[in-house]
Amino acid sequence: MSVLVGKNSKVIVQGFTGSEGTFHASQMIEYGTNVVGGVTPGKGGSTHLDRPVFNTVSEAVQKTGADVSIIFVPPAFAADAIMESADAGIKVIVCITEGIPTKDMIYAKEYLQGKDVRLIGPNCPGVMTPGGAKVGIMPGFIFTPGRIGVVSKSGTLTYEAVDQLTKLGFGQSTAIGIGGDPIIGTSTKEAVELLMNDPDTDGIVMIGEIGGGMEAEAAHWIKENGTKPVVGFIAGQTAPPGRRMGHAGAIVGGSDDTAEAKMRIMAECGIHVVSSPAEIGKKMAEVLGK
Amino acid sequence: MNLHEYQSKEILSRYGVAIQRGLIANTTEEAVAAAKTLSEQTGTGWWVIKAQIHAGGRGKGGGVKLAKSLDEVQSRSNDIIGMQLITPQTGPEGKKVHHVLVAEDVYYPGASETKEFYVSVLLDRSTGKNTIMYSTEGGMDIEEVAHNTPHLIFKEEIDPLVGLQPFQARKIAFNLGVSGDAFKNMVKFVHSLYNAYTDIDAALFEINPVLKTSDDKIIAVDAKVNLDENALYRHKDLAALRDLKEEDPTEVEAGQFNLNYVKLDGNVGCMVNGAGLAMATMDIIKLSGGEPANFLDVGGTASAETVKNAFHIILKDPNVKAILINIFGGIVRCDRVANGVVEAYQSIGDIPIPIIVRLQGTNAVEAKKIIDDSGLNVHSAITLQEAADLVRQVLH
Repeated sequence: MSVLVGKNSKVIVQGFTGSEGTFHASQMIEYGTNVVGGVTPGKGGSTHLDRPVFNTVSEAVQKTGADVSIIFVPPAFAADAIMESADAGIKVIVCITEGIPTKDMIYAKEYLQGKDVRLIGPNCPGVMTPGGAKVGIMPGFIFTPGRIGVVSKSGTLTYEAVDQLTKLGFGQSTAIGIGGDPIIGTSTKEAVELLMNDPDTDGIVMIGEIGGGMEAEAAHWIKENGTKPVVGFIAGQTAPPGRRMGHAGAIVGGSDDTAEAKMRIMAECGIHVVSSPAEIGKKMAEVLGK
Repeated sequence: MNLHEYQSKEILSRYGVAIQRGLIANTTEEAVAAAKTLSEQTGTGWWVIKAQIHAGGRGKGGGVKLAKSLDEVQSRSNDIIGMQLITPQTGPEGKKVHHVLVAEDVYYPGASETKEFYVSVLLDRSTGKNTIMYSTEGGMDIEEVAHNTPHLIFKEEIDPLVGLQPFQARKIAFNLGVSGDAFKNMVKFVHSLYNAYTDIDAALFEINPVLKTSDDKIIAVDAKVNLDENALYRHKDLAALRDLKEEDPTEVEAGQFNLNYVKLDGNVGCMVNGAGLAMATMDIIKLSGGEPANFLDVGGTASAETVKNAFHIILKDPNVKAILINIFGGIVRCDRVANGVVEAYQSIGDIPIPIIVRLQGTNAVEAKKIIDDSGLNVHSAITLQEAADLVRQVLH
């Protein structure tokens, strides 16, 4: 099947009536995602994109049975939106918003502890189950249903990998964009674990970048628990230390979070590491013997 | 966003963190006047002249000097103001010193020995919580301490919901081995420091050294503060402390165009949509025998205007021998980007170096045709591998 989102997901859009929310909600609906409504405080009772608008997430959940939410609200209000969704009983929260203050995310992450909810992002392209549901901003046409899972910190680099896979005849089970911020809801390891446990995923592409220790953590987990081949790439082999490369989290702080160190650890843990981003699809084909 | 030492100390002081006091001076005359005023205020007989630049290791480069008389204040500040200060963190070209902090002497003799410590506050990304990192080995490069004597570095994780607790501050003070008045002062120091950190939305505090003076005060002798740029909208007063003179002028200009640009030392410029793909593009330049001249993320829209601005920024670097444009058109259509590239190219006039344009995604084939038919010195590609091969080709 897939992980996180699929045909049966009932999705609400937070920040539904804003320009970003409107544009991407239309795209999601066009792709076939079951968008059941949206939330914009103060606009409850109205209709947008032929769907009901609610004042609060809890009302939206009550009236529509929504279990997935996607967040497009501005950075200053996004952490609040995450907590509102969790409080309302949403099971999967996908936060697209870029630029949320770290302090807000520390609180939001703490608030989610112990609740039955999974946060993807923030600052991510979302989650895509081809042929099932697009809960994000990814371009639908590059995806095709299939059996390769993709985990990545970045947007366009994910598209690059997916495009290569599709063109070589490898469809995708689910692509998870986990986000490029210092604090994110779902780590590389957790996303890999979801796909490793998914009976409909045969292989995993894991794309990371400089900064932090998430790829190393995932690699060690894979070494102990992996049952499927993993192809890995780390962006930022040429990034100098101490400089932030776009993403708030993409900065080399010490000797352990360079691309080189991460690639070494990943290779030691049995991941098929490619040094060129042009070879992600090719490597997967090679590993699967097809 | 980085702050100067004097700005950092001013903020810390507002939150009750004891600091080595000082006054800022832009000229030699101001430095001498500052030294006199400081002596009246603090009773200090000696002064430390400290260059204010956004880089560590200033002492090693000759940017921090002790002055034992007003004449020495004059000569030392005269040496430092206007100098091109080279430290392990500035790069070989160094940084120009525009002002100095004239600070009190805090290493005066007294009842007990002075002792230096290290204290920092930062986010532990693996736990998503703030952490106080500290060490008995102050005044040194902490990376070296971590490497040589990792058992001398301690960490205290802070629960976000209740904040720093008194027992934690006491533990820190005990681990640092201070007692009596110094113990009490250290507990207060740590509390005030953490309050300041959370209140101003800092991304990093590094106080090195924290000094126990000979009369058991605990003070910040140096202070490095880095602020969370995403939170600056709620700290207008702190946002105003940004010193553009400390930043690369081209990077500042790129920021005004909403381009995310970082200058590097290579020979192939690049222009990419998305930070991850931009880093991957830099990597593929290297694998193709070049060196990336920059990181440049044009963001979600790659219009003619954006491309033109990006060209303008990249071409300022005389080392650039070729430019690779790598756009994955997802929501944005490749044929529009291609038209944007052609339009931008024509409006700039003749670009004397080869351009490689790789457009993939919606309408990639149409886009390639637009580039190929333009008659410009532009090579087109669709796959990333083709782009890599073209980079190799134009460099040889």
